[in-house]
Amino acid sequence: MGGLLRESLVIARKDLALELRTKTGLVSALVFTALVLTVFNFGRDPTAVAALDLAPSILWVTFTFAAVLSLNRAFQLELENQALEGLLVSPIDRRSLYLGKLVANLVFVGVVEAVGLPLFALFFNIPILHVLLPLAAVIAIATVGFVAVGTLLSALVIRVRFAELMLPVLLLPFLIPPLIGAVQVTARLLAGRPLSEVSGWLRLLLAYDIVFVPLAALLFPATVDE
Amino acid sequence: MLWAEGVRHRFGAVPALDDVTFTLPAGHTLALFGPNGAGKTTLLKVLAGLIVPRAGRAGVEGGRGAIGWIGHQSLLYGQLTVRENLRFWGSLYGVRAPVLDARTSGLAARLDLREHLDRRVGTLSRGQTQRAAIARALMHDPKVLLLDEPFTGLDRVATSELANLVREFAGRGEGRATILVTHNVEEGTDLATDIGILKAGRLVELAPRNARSAGQVGARYRELVS
Repeated sequence: MGGLLRESLVIARKDLALELRTKTGLVSALVFTALVLTVFNFGRDPTAVAALDLAPSILWVTFTFAAVLSLNRAFQLELENQALEGLLVSPIDRRSLYLGKLVANLVFVGVVEAVGLPLFALFFNIPILHVLLPLAAVIAIATVGFVAVGTLLSALVIRVRFAELMLPVLLLPFLIPPLIGAVQVTARLLAGRPLSEVSGWLRLLLAYDIVFVPLAALLFPATVDE
Repeated sequence: MLWAEGVRHRFGAVPALDDVTFTLPAGHTLALFGPNGAGKTTLLKVLAGLIVPRAGRAGVEGGRGAIGWIGHQSLLYGQLTVRENLRFWGSLYGVRAPVLDARTSGLAARLDLREHLDRRVGTLSRGQTQRAAIARALMHDPKVLLLDEPFTGLDRVATSELANLVREFAGRGEGRATILVTHNVEEGTDLATDIGILKAGRLVELAPRNARSAGQVGARYRELVS
């Protein structure tokens, strides 16, 4: 277990070092987030639909597609000079490769969300400070689930043509349950409703994490072995 | 020591390895020749655990942690420096921090990389990159070297340097063994204690080199492969 954790952290640290060195993926995802929020902000009729009614869906659509951008690059990094081959020859547990990628992706998507959330509040003029902690917790719980599945699928598509297109096609159906749950909980939070109203959705989000993180780690070796 | 026992593999309908059986004892260097598509790289990948064969068994004494792998590509991250790459790969093999520094310095001195340690790999020449790739493969002090076309793209000086390194590795004893896949019959024969020839996935010859010259080995290769 200690070895698995140590190896995962070595992989995650390397991925984050690569991202900090290039910043290509991070800048792209941040620009994408800002652009999508801008388009939604100016693309709606504020006299027809209240911002609060649309905001939760817009927030999660933005986060989901920004995350897909980052998930696409997770294993693309390993194609350079066939580094993936070296990782697979090394004696590390295949699951630590998955967990390392998962940690790096969570940090990456977390940064995008941390920048995207204030932009969202600013563009849609929605106060979030009074619900910041529970909202951050819901975002974290939902993000763990969809990044866990996304990391697995990004490894699956790495050797196919048009991987950038394949990933969202495969991933989005898996994201329907956590996205519905996240939108429902976010809507109640922003409307000032008590969390007890959405305890069922919260349980769904937690259950999704509990099932899919270990399941994805178990299935991962089958996606990279020839 | 390395072994393969009745190894068969195919990619779809295309046979890649057909009943390959051999043992390479410690202290031996096997030069493996064969035309394109003969199954040389597939055999190395099976030995390294990158490919699970359809039938048979293959492996390396000491498992994956005992293997130093030099493939077609450097397996290095272009955006990281040589030092960062070496530390990363060493860490994956469980090399402790103080040893990592000592090995990095030692290999940099041996491979004439000292001045390039803090340069990004992406800025190195082909020869320098290949030397960095060799340092990467030796960071964990492997017992077995698997080299897949390591001379490709190297000039005469770099080829000679790499040949010396392989010789030095084999000469260190301590149970070390090497398999060298190459089209360069002259270099391969010069380094080998044993000669193997693969044709259409079958190991049609495996014999000690004895006193055979590169010309004699080349003639035998043409006779078997034509």
